[in-house]
Amino acid sequence: MEEDIDTRKINNSFLRDHSYATEADIISTVEFNHTGELLATGDKGGRVVIFQREQESKNQVHRRGEYNVYSTFQSHEPEFDYLKSLEIEEKINKIRWLPQQNAAYFLLSTNDKTVKLWKVSERDKRPEGYNLKDEEGRLRDPSTITTLRVPVLRPMDLMVEATPRRVFANAHTYHINSISVNSDYETYMSADDLRINLWNFEITNQSFNIVDIKPANMEELTEVITAAEFHPHHCNTFVYSSSKGTIRLCDMRASALCDRHTKFFEEPEDPSNRSFFSEIISSISDVKFSHSGRYIMTRDYLTVKVWDLNMENRPIETYQVHDYLRSKLCSLYENDCIFDKFECVWNGSDSVIMTGSYNNFFRMFDRNTKRDVTLEASRENSKPRAILKPRKVCVGGKRRKDEISVDSLDFSKKILHTAWHPSENIIAVAATNNLYIFQDKVN
Amino acid sequence: MLSKGLKRKREEEEEEKEALAVDAWWLDPGHPAVAQAPPAVASSSLFDLSVLKLHHSLRQSEPDLRHLVLVVNTLRRIQASMVPAAALPPVPSPPEAPGVADSLLASSDAALSASMASLLEDLSHIEGLSQAPQPLADEGPLGRPTGGGPPSLGGLDLLGPATGCLLDDGLEGLFEDIDTSMYDSDLWAPAAESLKPGPVEGPGKEVAPELDEAELDYLMDMLVTTQALERPPGPGR
Repeated sequence: MEEDIDTRKINNSFLRDHSYATEADIISTVEFNHTGELLATGDKGGRVVIFQREQESKNQVHRRGEYNVYSTFQSHEPEFDYLKSLEIEEKINKIRWLPQQNAAYFLLSTNDKTVKLWKVSERDKRPEGYNLKDEEGRLRDPSTITTLRVPVLRPMDLMVEATPRRVFANAHTYHINSISVNSDYETYMSADDLRINLWNFEITNQSFNIVDIKPANMEELTEVITAAEFHPHHCNTFVYSSSKGTIRLCDMRASALCDRHTKFFEEPEDPSNRSFFSEIISSISDVKFSHSGRYIMTRDYLTVKVWDLNMENRPIETYQVHDYLRSKLCSLYENDCIFDKFECVWNGSDSVIMTGSYNNFFRMFDRNTKRDVTLEASRENSKPRAILKPRKVCVGGKRRKDEISVDSLDFSKKILHTAWHPSENIIAVAATNNLYIFQDKVN
Repeated sequence: MLSKGLKRKREEEEEEKEALAVDAWWLDPGHPAVAQAPPAVASSSLFDLSVLKLHHSLRQSEPDLRHLVLVVNTLRRIQASMVPAAALPPVPSPPEAPGVADSLLASSDAALSASMASLLEDLSHIEGLSQAPQPLADEGPLGRPTGGGPPSLGGLDLLGPATGCLLDDGLEGLFEDIDTSMYDSDLWAPAAESLKPGPVEGPGKEVAPELDEAELDYLMDMLVTTQALERPPGPGR
């Protein structure tokens, strides 16, 4: 499949459309659906908020398809495991949409232990004229009914309701970090620190374990699974990443248990950069297939890497996200920031990749032009419809005006979760408890 | 810290500044050993920090496995690089510091491996509890098994043996006739059930109630926590 070369400039052309201050809770995941019409966010309080893009109207050309709240529901509640005396957090770790097959929308949401399938559907008509109930819904005395009538559907205010259709529970001992819908649309997988399970959407009381890296003796444990994803087109193929910076590609046709990988991706360590923190910063926090299925992208603490599926010994591209932090690793280890898990995303044509950083900065890399830009998601620094100004971090020497020095960065403001519309240049950026949506300014 | 506007103690400030430099910062710059010190030698403060992180991680009701594994692996790396450091000449620092470092290095190797191994082993108890419906002994927070011997207590050796502190005056008389050398080693396990209250010394002396296992565990936990917080600074501070 040929890739469209996206020649649009990626800096200077994003303008801020709206800032949705959800305020209540920290956003823990962001995901567009397959058409980009819907955008779902999950938060630490177990809520899911879905935004829908307004239809573009010719009268208001400048309001190009804004996103407004479509539905809000409580996906997960805090639970208590009585056997282990442990509280199970309701925080939504991941949301993944199913492709739309009828009028309703379906999504998977997961916390640490339980995956749920939600159906989101609209209701804009209501039946009126029941025989056995009166207009207020009270049951009528059957002896008072003398005639029979057929209820009719009358329009009502649009109501969007979310109902849990499946609950996939009790299959994970450790914390679920990833879910991924298979291209067959019949199965999906859920991955925790040590195991990956395969589910059928219709069956909730059974799942198949397809990867198990738990050692016989836990004292031999040195590596955990950090992320997993199905190939976008080949329903038998998936990848998973590890805390040691490796990626394994597995083929489910080879055997029932995919403990033995088909391909193993690892870049040899650069001896000049070796430190006590080498392993921690090599830990992969996110892995994503390109839309084409030819490449995978991985995010570790300091870089984003693009790998060709046909070359296992090193990535084909490496992008420095915030290399100025390399000399600060000890402090970042002390304050635990070194363990932050950043995600990464492809644009629709796989020509641009994006990931977050600190100080509410996020970075975009154009794979073709090799240009990159740093942008900031904050209300103080941008007005609605203003074009985002590129930011720059000063690493040493004289600090220019508008530059920010490394020591002034706010490490509590981290952009861990971002999403890119599947076909347009619209991005969603989660900055703690605020959601920013940026659109490309194209006249 | 690197957050904006956050005030911090000068002590921490110094550590952070120095942490950004070469790893031999703990040596006096004028000291001849600096020239010979290999850059990969770990500062013992990094070791302490990692041990603290490890304990903190384990005290969570459900530890983050990724965090735990990364900290353990880093600790192993630091430990491996610290072994050759024992051969360095003594540093001009407070007298007790080298003693601490030496005891760390001496006891760290086997004890650390044992402690980390056992601590990770305990994680499998979590799985055992969730999958097996049979009743198990009260597990308690990770790292404090009540069955299967005292595997986790090798870790306590790192922080110094727990001698005598748990016994206040009221209890000493209780165990007077028992060989107290037991308390000098790490036997705060179910084997502690052998410590039955002895005969009362005098008619007027009140017999304190027998300490049960849960209370011993609790006290041990308090001791570990206190010792972790009160660790003397490493050499060169």
